[in-house]
Amino acid sequence: MLQRYDAVIVGAGGAGLMAALNLSAQARVAVISKLYPVRSHTGAAQGGIGAALGNLEEDHWEWHMFYTIKGGDYLADQDAVEILCREAIETVYELEHWGLPFSRTPDGKIALRPFGGHTREFGKAPVRRSCYAADRTGHMILQTLYQQCIKNEVHFYDEFHVLDLLIESGRTAGVVAISLATGELYTFHAKAVIFATGGCGRIYRVSSNALALTGDGMAVALRRGVPLEDMEFFQFHPTGIYKLGILLSEAARGEGGILRNRAGERFMERYAPTLLDLAPRDMVSRAIYREVEEGRGVGGKDYVHLDLTHLGREVLDQKLPDITDFVRTYMGIEPAKDLIPIQPTAHYAMGGIPTDNDGRVVMDEKNTPLAGFYAAGECACVSVHGANRLGTNSLVDILVFGRRGARHAAKFVRENDWALLPANPDERAQQLVAERKNAQGNERQGDVRDLLRNEMMAKASVFRDAGRLAQMRETLKEVRARYNGIKLEDRSVRYNTELLELIELGGMIDIAETLVEGALARQESRGAHSREDFPKRNDAQWLKHTLAYQTPQGIQLKYKPVTITKFEPKERKY
Amino acid sequence: MKVTLKIKRFNPEKDEKPWWAEYAVEAEPTDRLLDALNAVKWYQDGTLSYRRSCAHGICGSDAMLINGSNALACKALLKNLGDTITVEPMRGFRVVKDLMVDLEPFFDKYKQVKPYFITYSVTPEKERLQSPPERERFDDTTKCILCGACTTSCPSFWANPEYVGPAAIVNAHRFIFDSRDEGREERLEILNHRDGVWRCRTIFNCVEACPRGINVTRAIGEVKQALMYRKL
Repeated sequence: MLQRYDAVIVGAGGAGLMAALNLSAQARVAVISKLYPVRSHTGAAQGGIGAALGNLEEDHWEWHMFYTIKGGDYLADQDAVEILCREAIETVYELEHWGLPFSRTPDGKIALRPFGGHTREFGKAPVRRSCYAADRTGHMILQTLYQQCIKNEVHFYDEFHVLDLLIESGRTAGVVAISLATGELYTFHAKAVIFATGGCGRIYRVSSNALALTGDGMAVALRRGVPLEDMEFFQFHPTGIYKLGILLSEAARGEGGILRNRAGERFMERYAPTLLDLAPRDMVSRAIYREVEEGRGVGGKDYVHLDLTHLGREVLDQKLPDITDFVRTYMGIEPAKDLIPIQPTAHYAMGGIPTDNDGRVVMDEKNTPLAGFYAAGECACVSVHGANRLGTNSLVDILVFGRRGARHAAKFVRENDWALLPANPDERAQQLVAERKNAQGNERQGDVRDLLRNEMMAKASVFRDAGRLAQMRETLKEVRARYNGIKLEDRSVRYNTELLELIELGGMIDIAETLVEGALARQESRGAHSREDFPKRNDAQWLKHTLAYQTPQGIQLKYKPVTITKFEPKERKY
Repeated sequence: MKVTLKIKRFNPEKDEKPWWAEYAVEAEPTDRLLDALNAVKWYQDGTLSYRRSCAHGICGSDAMLINGSNALACKALLKNLGDTITVEPMRGFRVVKDLMVDLEPFFDKYKQVKPYFITYSVTPEKERLQSPPERERFDDTTKCILCGACTTSCPSFWANPEYVGPAAIVNAHRFIFDSRDEGREERLEILNHRDGVWRCRTIFNCVEACPRGINVTRAIGEVKQALMYRKL
């Protein structure tokens, strides 16, 4: 099947829908998504979207900018962060104008709450900067954007899974996707392609991410010669429900929740004396790992407690109803009187497909764009989050850069014709499917996936060192070999979810390789990348972004400089 | 614990009619039914087909008929489901494979009620003001995740597939009672149609089925009331 559009957006979470809304009035656009749009993982974001509205107390986007840069351990590109924090404000108002039901202050304005790492006046105290709709802000953002897309008659291809990106003579020519319903391959011939395919948290065993977050867009781009940037920086959120990894929002600590070890001690006093439980996520996750390592986990096990008992039932039910429900449902305990067992959970990829400030995908250390290719949201790396993302900033990122990418793409499709479609455009996608269908062997998909996820958790998660990372490199070779021996059981053409899961797993192996190679090479500790054998940040050698390329000889790394504008790197203390 | 899953299977490519498959799964009592389904798919039988994504009750992918009642597989814990668990697709939509149904008619109904913010007045520079009580007025119906559990548990919908169904009405309610919205009359007009809100016979299955705890029947009742007062 051949379809032709001005632009094709892949992914229908916040970034994809925001791009669709900003592009659909000016160009013929299709959105293809492997899920129904309202199933996207933006809907799982809980606590809020950061914007310096100053509705309750003084706040400035410059403060937001500074703490985003500091939170990211100075690896973020500061020009991009400035855009993020300035445009956050108009973006929140735009959402409100589209009907988003924000919680309200007594005088009817958008309500704000404190969040991890967000402070005022250079670190004096936490500031209320997170605009929220109870603890389902992401759900409301996703719903609101989808509603507006319906209003604007955006053209969706639901349950279409992207398999390949088409590049012809240095220009983007479209994408190839498979329809879940029919098993047919569709070639979308397009002048511009925007990837908004989300994260890849499912490469780890314990993750807050949806099962669908397998990094498809990142893997597709990587295989076509596009590098992935800063993949070694992967955020572990401190408060996942023990064993399940389901997220309990930082809003719980924003509303006053406290972390306690087996002795009941508020241990964050020792790690971040000023911000305490609202220190940035990388620091809190490391603190929990340390407590556990030193025998202060609850019952000697690998978890600590989140204490919400002092907040009272009313605050829990009104401000944190969803996470209260999660705790009741999955733990069978009552957060108003019981302590909640939590452990860090794989949450967010700071890295991704490298882009400039207009969402254009760039191919090298000189920021050379690949004409017609854009990326936004978690699958992209602008970089606004640097080495560690602050809470609430992912929602800002998807909207601000989803929109900027779309605006640039609108201009691009106006000024350019379609690139020639390559001969046999779906050849590679056909081959990818055929390889999986024809593979012979005795391996079970579940076992191979477990091996990847368990070992990534053990060897490349919160704390790392050369020994374990080198072991992980070897493990990945084994994973790949065994992957090729997985025999597909489902031979049907229509609704073959097993085939798609297998293709997803292949992508996750590619992504894990970039993460491990980047982490092995980076001999320093910065943000979420914490090397026990190199415990200090090393700006002289490592204040630079990693670019990982997939080549026949394996992953090759290049580096590009960090853009510093207003804030010189300093030691990061809270 | 050991549980037996009795799953209604149907692959239109090869089956003439649905059949029951049984799988024994070793699991923890606190595991979700979704974990057990994944255990089957990943380690026993890769052909088992169902939708899932977030695995914690927020994306709405895995609504299905569990021991005879609609629920999300990721919010149903094994310890509450007994030793033998029957799992079937939601009723009222065409089964496309195993536990997956054709959702196109479901989303078509949703789109009928203009489920988006409508205003005709000038947009302010900053936010439109809304008091906490005004915001609270429609809070319950903002929780909807469009999983389909309510609509496919509704006998009125089974009897009349043209009925717009509880999920669509919930999403109309979310805007009808939003103090900022100006599309109230247009939506009420749509729901006043013979396949609109009056098909509801207050059977309350939808309330029981809703994994988000929305009082669906009350929301439908409030829309009915709004229509009656409008006529007076």
